[in-house]
Amino acid sequence: MTRTAPAAPPRTRELRRAFGRAGQYLALAAYLLFLALPFLWLLSTAVKPAKELGSLHPAWIPDQPTLENFRQAFDEHPLLRAAGNSLLVAVAAAVIAVLVATPAAYVIARTRGRSATLATGWVVVSQAFPFVLLIIPLFLVLKNLRMINTLWGLVLVYVVWALPFALWMLAGYVRAVPRELEEAAAVDGAGRLRTLVSVTAPLLAPGIVVTAMFAFIIAWNEFFFALVLLKSPEKQTLPVVLTHFLGAEGAADLGPLAAAAFLATLPSLVIFALIQRRITGGVLAGAVK
Amino acid sequence: MRGGARVRTLAAAVLALLLAVTTAACTGGGEDAGDGTIRLRFLSLAWQKESVDANRQLVREWNAANPGVRVAYVQGSWNSVHDQLLTSFEGGEAPDVIHDASDDLADFAYGGYLADLRTLLPERLTSDIPRASWETTTFGEGVYGVPFLQEPKVLIANRKLVESSGIRLPTAERPWTWDEFRGVARELTRSMGKGRYAVAWPLKEPVATTLNLGLSAGGQLFHREAGGKVRIRFGDGDALVPDVIRDQVNEDRTASRTILGSGGSDALPGFFGGKYAMVPLGFSYRQQIAQQAPEGFEWTVLPMPVGPGGAVQGVSPQTLSIAEDTRHKREAAAFIDFMLRPANMVRLAKGDWMLPTGNAALADPALRAEKDGWAVGTALARGLRSAPAQSVRGYPEWKDKVATPAYQEYYSGAIGERELKRRLERDGNLVLARYQR
Repeated sequence: MTRTAPAAPPRTRELRRAFGRAGQYLALAAYLLFLALPFLWLLSTAVKPAKELGSLHPAWIPDQPTLENFRQAFDEHPLLRAAGNSLLVAVAAAVIAVLVATPAAYVIARTRGRSATLATGWVVVSQAFPFVLLIIPLFLVLKNLRMINTLWGLVLVYVVWALPFALWMLAGYVRAVPRELEEAAAVDGAGRLRTLVSVTAPLLAPGIVVTAMFAFIIAWNEFFFALVLLKSPEKQTLPVVLTHFLGAEGAADLGPLAAAAFLATLPSLVIFALIQRRITGGVLAGAVK
Repeated sequence: MRGGARVRTLAAAVLALLLAVTTAACTGGGEDAGDGTIRLRFLSLAWQKESVDANRQLVREWNAANPGVRVAYVQGSWNSVHDQLLTSFEGGEAPDVIHDASDDLADFAYGGYLADLRTLLPERLTSDIPRASWETTTFGEGVYGVPFLQEPKVLIANRKLVESSGIRLPTAERPWTWDEFRGVARELTRSMGKGRYAVAWPLKEPVATTLNLGLSAGGQLFHREAGGKVRIRFGDGDALVPDVIRDQVNEDRTASRTILGSGGSDALPGFFGGKYAMVPLGFSYRQQIAQQAPEGFEWTVLPMPVGPGGAVQGVSPQTLSIAEDTRHKREAAAFIDFMLRPANMVRLAKGDWMLPTGNAALADPALRAEKDGWAVGTALARGLRSAPAQSVRGYPEWKDKVATPAYQEYYSGAIGERELKRRLERDGNLVLARYQR
C-alpha cells in the first residue's frame, strides 16, 4: 500500500503555479539577455569614440556616442561591395544546395537497402575531413575548371560543403511525412517525381526553409575558402574584408571593426526574423493536420 | 491556387535575377588586357589607416610613372597570410610581390616558392640595409625577402607614475639591467598601492617575446651543429628573461597575473586607468596609445632592460618578396626598389609607426623626434638582430605545439624550470627532427 502526500489547498496550488510561471519567465528573460549580450556589446563598442574604447571601466552606454566608427569602416574598406558579394554567394549556395539536397534526401529517406546505408555513411564520413586538408586539392580542381577567383567557384564549394548537412536535415523532414499520403498519390496515378513535387515538397516547406537558412548562414560566415579562392579585391567577401581591421599580434582597429562586424550580423538577424514566423507557422500547420 | 502561382512566379523571378547578377559579378575584370602591359599583384598586409594610405599612394605613384607595368594593390591580413600564401603557391596562383614577416618565410623559401633576390636587387638597396637585417631573410645560400620595417619591444610607461616614484629612468645609452628592472618594479608597485602593478606582461604569444628579449641575456636556444642541423638547448642565458617574468608574476607580485594571457591591446585600458605603470609592447603600439589615451594621459617610451648579452633584441622584420612563379621578376624587383627608396621607406615607417631598416631612412629627422618616442626607437635600432628562430625549419610547429603552452604554464607558475627545459628540449627536438631529415 502506498501513501500519497495530502493535496495542497487550492490557494497554495495557485500561488505555486504563479511562482512557477514567474520563474519560467525570469529564466527565459535571463536566457534571452544572455544571448543578446554579445550583440549589444558589439553595438555599444561600435558607437564608442576611440578614447572610450581604452577605458578601464567601459560603459554599456557611451558618454559621447558617435557614428565615426561606421564612417571610418566604410571609408577605409569596401564593405558594401563585400557585403554584396557575400549576399550573392550565400543566396546562390543556399538555393542550389536545397535544390540538389531535396530529391537526394527524399531518396535516402525513402529507400531501404545497402545503397541508402552507404550514402548515409558517406555523408557522415565526409564531415570528418578538416577542410584545411581539402583546400589544396580543391584549389587545384577549381583551377583546372578555371573557377579560381570567381564567385561561381566559391558558390560551388559552399554548395558541396553545405550538402551533407542539408541532406541530413532534409532526410529527417522527409521521414516525418506520412508514407500514406504518397501512397494515396500513387493510387491516383502520380509518379515519383510528381509525388515529390506536388505532395511531399509542400509538406517539406518548413524544413526546406530552415535548411536554406542554415546553408545561407554557413556561406555568409565562411572565411577560409573565400580567402584562398578569391584573388581580386573587388570579389572579396565580407568575412575576408573584416580581417583587414586586424594587425599582427592581436592588434585591432577595434571601433571600426565592431562597426563592420555589427553590420555583418544584421542580414542573418533579419533573415531569421523574417523567416521565423513562417517556420513556426509551417510546423504548427503540420501538427494540426 | 492563385497564391501558389504567385509564389512560383516570384521564385522563378528571384532565381533568374540571381543568376543574371551572379553571372555579371563572376565575369569581367580580366588580368591581362592583351595590350602588352605587364600586370603585377602586390599582396599588402598594411592594416592601419595611415599605412594602407601610404601603400596605396605609393602604388598609385608607381602606376603613374610606369604605365607599362601596372601594379594592383591586394589587401591581405596578418592573421591568415601563411595559409593564404601556402594555398596560392601550391595552386600556382601566388601574388607577384608579397608582403610578409621574415619569420614566416623559411618554409616558403626552402620550399622553392620564393625567388632568390640576390641578382635582382640594385646595389643601392642592398647596401642601404644592414647585414643584421639581411640575415633575417637569408635561408641557406639565398636571400628571399627585403626586410624593410622592424620594431623593437619597448616599455611604454605612464610618465607621471614613473617620474613621481623617483626611480632612475633608463635611456637607450643607459638602460636598466634585468635585476634593476625587478627592483624598480618592486619599488613602483609599493608606491602604487593595492591592486596596481608596476608591469603588465601581455603574453598571449609568449614565444617570440621571450626569445627576442632573451638575446640580451645571452640566450640563443637554437644551436646549429656541425652538419647544419639545429638543436634546442636551454641554457642559463635562455632562462634569465623567463625567470624575471615568472618571478614578477608569482613571487614579487609586481606584474599582473590576469593580463598574462592577453594581447597587447587588452592591456591598454588598465594602462590608461593607472592599474599598470609599464607595459612591454611592440614599438608600433604607440599608434594605438596616441589614438586611445584619455585626455591628459602622459606616456613615455623607455628601452627594455638588458642583460649580459648587451642592448640587443631579436626582430622579425616585415619583408617584401617575389614569387618564384612570376614571369616578371625584374619588374617586381623594380617595384620593390621603388617602394623602398629612402623617402618612401620613411613614409611606410611613419604609416606603420615602425622603424625602417634602411640606414638612409633611419637618418630622416622625422623619425628622430622626441615626440611619441621616435628617438628612443631609432636609438635602439643598432641593437636589433635576427630573431633566434628565424631560419629554423619547423619553428612555427614547435612554437604552437610545444613552446607556447610550455611558456604559458611556466609564467603562470603551473610548471617549474626543469619541466620547461624538458619540454622545450625533448619535445622540441622531436618536432625539429622531422623537418631536418
